[in-house]
Amino acid sequence: MSNAIHLHYEVSGEDFTRAGEASGAVKKRLKSLGFNSDAIRRVAIAMYEAEINMVIHADGGYCDVDIYPDRIEILLADRGPGIADVDKAMQEGFSTAPDNVRNLGFGAGMGLPNIKKYTDEMKIETTLGVGTNLYLTVKVN
Amino acid sequence: MSKYFHSVELEADLCCGCTNCLKRCPTEAIRVHGGKAKILSERCIDCGECIRICPHHAKKAHSTTFEEINKYKYKVAIPAPALFGQFNHLDNLDIVLTGLKRIGFDKVFEVSRGAELVSEATRKLIKENKLKKPIISSACPAVVRLIKIRFPELCNNVMPLKAPMEVSAKIARREAMEETGLADEDIGVFFITPCPAKVTEVHSPNYAEKSAVNGAIAISKIYPELTRAMDHLTDVEYIAQSGLMGIGWATSGGEAAAMLGDKYLAADGIENVIRVLEELEDDHIRDVEFIELNACSGGCVGGVLTVENPYVAQARIHELRKYMPVSVNHLQDKQLDMMMWENELEYDADIFRLDEDIVKAMSMMSEMEEILAGLPGLDCGSCGAPTCRAMAEDMVRGKARESDCIHRLKAKIQSVYDQLKNTI
Repeated sequence: MSNAIHLHYEVSGEDFTRAGEASGAVKKRLKSLGFNSDAIRRVAIAMYEAEINMVIHADGGYCDVDIYPDRIEILLADRGPGIADVDKAMQEGFSTAPDNVRNLGFGAGMGLPNIKKYTDEMKIETTLGVGTNLYLTVKVN
Repeated sequence: MSKYFHSVELEADLCCGCTNCLKRCPTEAIRVHGGKAKILSERCIDCGECIRICPHHAKKAHSTTFEEINKYKYKVAIPAPALFGQFNHLDNLDIVLTGLKRIGFDKVFEVSRGAELVSEATRKLIKENKLKKPIISSACPAVVRLIKIRFPELCNNVMPLKAPMEVSAKIARREAMEETGLADEDIGVFFITPCPAKVTEVHSPNYAEKSAVNGAIAISKIYPELTRAMDHLTDVEYIAQSGLMGIGWATSGGEAAAMLGDKYLAADGIENVIRVLEELEDDHIRDVEFIELNACSGGCVGGVLTVENPYVAQARIHELRKYMPVSVNHLQDKQLDMMMWENELEYDADIFRLDEDIVKAMSMMSEMEEILAGLPGLDCGSCGAPTCRAMAEDMVRGKARESDCIHRLKAKIQSVYDQLKNTI
């Protein structure tokens, strides 16, 4: 569709304190576009969780966001270690996060389950040693 | 009268069109056009930051005059708890309250009394599990307005209890009618206010059609006359009926502490408040039941209409609270009903969205991104908008032109000059 709005963000893996900037910027744009608050909230939460995951596990990456009037599609791509067991990673409470990020309140093993909960479609493409692509779609009611 | 009443006003003669207020405004509600600042009424939350920052004192807050107060047969003052932090070595609230009577008020009723009732009502509602958690305090009207225009998902988390000012006004008004036999319209109830947001709340409340308060007078305005009266007191009346809980509302954390729980958070200063609201909206703040937010640093003692440094005032409030009973005011039967909001807090979607039609809004945003890419990105404010992004937005809304950007204009003039030079 020609009238989609495309946004691209690089996510730095080096500075943990900057995690969440991309999802914050997307949230602001969705608000000025007048999307309903439920859709905005779901995008903001799912994207934030995925962004944090990229910083914690994969040393950063990038996000591509395509905004359509009826849906928001997000790709989060990294060149990290990949996910060894996707089913296990989808279980609530399962986490491989290191202690230093757990001390900040992250790494509770709720990242992927939460992303699934807040999105309408979620697809994971992952290859060990190569990286992970996470495709998310949030539909607008 | 316009849809939005504001207490923050501009004195055009004093405004020199600089960028101080423009850059400070947390909701990007100021533009400078034709060398004068202009407040975009629908975006202003009356936080008073522009009054605080303006070096030319061109911004001021509307305040009730003594003439207006004197029109009423019976005059009631309801002072904010922050007033008690403005005086050195104060150890007795009654000195201030008697002072208010000496300068012309017939009755004085501390807002800290209403605050104690609001605290008790909140505890009761939490216990009965009647509020959506986390509960956001509704006491700071600038914060409530901010949520109303920027945080749609949080509107239902705002505590639907009227603020201490309103509760106190209602009780004081009823008492005054009973004590004097006068009619409602003969009684004027005036809030002694630390901030312009409360002035707005009096004229255009968030929670009801009409406030029980008739006007608000700035602490800084009443201060000289009040201190003179306090210096010349020959007797001190017994008026005060506040505990340390009510007085504590003057400073950040006071309201939250009165919840008597430990799952609370108190943030102050408008930028910090915005950060907390953003994180709340994204569900990043968990395990917190009650959230106290004050637009001013330090809480109400930091209001722009106070006279004393907020941290000095905070220390004084702390000292004053020593040896006070915890709480003196307790909920009476049915009082809770009159304290509940009459209107629901509804998100005002029109303020920041580009267009009602999403497809149109999207094409406007695409255009905006293109314009933005051509702007210098200095966020200098010379065009009259606070940032290049705001300027791009103003341009797609048809409210600004590319030539308003002095850097773009300069480049254009340069290219015309170069062309001319080549033709000669």
